[in-house]
Amino acid sequence: MLVMKFGGTSVESAAAIDPSKHPGVVISPMVGTAYAAPEPGAKPFIEIGTQVKAGDTLLVVEAMKTMNQIPAPRAGTVIQILFEDGQPVEFGEPLVIIE
Amino acid sequence: MFDKILIANRGEIAMRVIRACKELGILTVAVHSTADADAMHVRFADESVCIGPPAAKDSYLNIPAILSACEITGADAVHPGYGFLSENARFAEILTEHDVQFIGPKAEHIRLMGDKIAAKRTAQKLGIPVVPGSDGGVTSDVEAGKIADGIGYPVLIKAAAGGGGRGMKVVRTAVELSTALATARAEAKAAFGDDAVYLEKYLEKPRHIEIQVLGDGKGNAIHLGERECSLQRRHQKVLEESPSPALNTQARDVIGETVAKAMREIGYLGVGTVEFLYEDGKFYFIEMNTRIQVEHPVTEMITDIDLIFEQIRAAVGNDFTLKQSDIKFDGHAIECRINAENPVSFRPSPGKILHYHAPGGLGVRIDSAVYQGYTIPPYYDSLVGKLIVHGKTRTEALMRLKRALDEVVVDGIETTLPLFRALVREKDIIDGNYHIHWLEQFLSQGGMEG
Repeated sequence: MLVMKFGGTSVESAAAIDPSKHPGVVISPMVGTAYAAPEPGAKPFIEIGTQVKAGDTLLVVEAMKTMNQIPAPRAGTVIQILFEDGQPVEFGEPLVIIE
Repeated sequence: MFDKILIANRGEIAMRVIRACKELGILTVAVHSTADADAMHVRFADESVCIGPPAAKDSYLNIPAILSACEITGADAVHPGYGFLSENARFAEILTEHDVQFIGPKAEHIRLMGDKIAAKRTAQKLGIPVVPGSDGGVTSDVEAGKIADGIGYPVLIKAAAGGGGRGMKVVRTAVELSTALATARAEAKAAFGDDAVYLEKYLEKPRHIEIQVLGDGKGNAIHLGERECSLQRRHQKVLEESPSPALNTQARDVIGETVAKAMREIGYLGVGTVEFLYEDGKFYFIEMNTRIQVEHPVTEMITDIDLIFEQIRAAVGNDFTLKQSDIKFDGHAIECRINAENPVSFRPSPGKILHYHAPGGLGVRIDSAVYQGYTIPPYYDSLVGKLIVHGKTRTEALMRLKRALDEVVVDGIETTLPLFRALVREKDIIDGNYHIHWLEQFLSQGGMEG
């Protein structure tokens, strides 16, 4: 789980709280491998602070050579990214927190 | 040998497979739904992957999720357990297409035996005795009427895509036949997606006796004796034992060899069970199950053969080392399937197990995934665990079973333990004098009341 700085203030205190309980958490709907960018070497879909609209792609989960875009369920700001690029993820795994 | 096996199942059978893998030095991956996050099999395996929400169709039956779990963990084989995807030929094929070994029979045999009409025809061709009936599906009421007259009433209407005791209707007189056929077709369509039905002679008081087989897929096959599974409620087995009180050595050898020979001819791979109804000294094939069965422990206890080891070895494809002469039957084993159900109404009783004590001692085995403090989820089957005992004789096994049943504690939920405590004290059970309708008759005559 990555803990990134937001607006100059550390969010370590948020790390002590279970991210899967945060109301703005986006969880994985499937089993696969999480990728932060549309292809290797490309710019990641999001970073801390990115403003997203409902439906914007946050990341891609690949399963059996098919890429599945994971959309933002609502508009907001990305405050935490909980996966590493290329990390295996399971169903229900917390991926991103949007406030 | 495999490096890592993913167990596509849950509960006690997942525990069973993980145990075997650990003894063989194979790494294990448990998959689970969100409802099973605290399940014992998840803790026991080396790795776990959550594959979906509680509903089986979205988790334990979710082929893409299971495949993805194989991909991210690098599993090189899948053990499907029983139920769920264990007899899904397409699943076996998909795994093969993705270079993951399916631990089970060849897809063609799963498919063959899954179609109950084709299975019966195959059994007949291979010289296995079958129940007299329609030769294939019945398409018209007139045809059905003629066949039923030929077999003689009562007859049984069975769904071709059914099995496991589902999709069957008894017809006692010719006037009931048309209505029963229409109902059976509609129910079969709803339950199995296929309304094909066939007819069989209905046997009044048969015993259910099944033969365990093991094949290497290259034309070698042996049998590991029989299991008697006549004690059933709504076609679900409740108690099983081996050897059957009804068979002697000669009868066993004859039916065992008939079945083993048939498995050699078709080149069967892995474990399987050929199920028969047995009445008046005659065997009648009903179906074949192309998977490990719930009641496999009773065979293991009397033969000292680990059937999961043998499944894994067969899947690896090594040459068969077991010969029929290696199989010896020692003593007697009995298994009780303890369910989380009210012992009289059989209403399911999911919930938290507040106190749990497993019986111990010589010849006592518990195959279970529960623990004190565990909450049985309501989404899956109600099996709490299997209590299996072994003794030198049937009498010793019964005494041991009585003692073990009196010792076991499962509090906080209702279980069928009182039913078993009553059964081991019943004269007919003690005498081994029962048939497939015995238990329902015992229950309907108030055996569990007063």
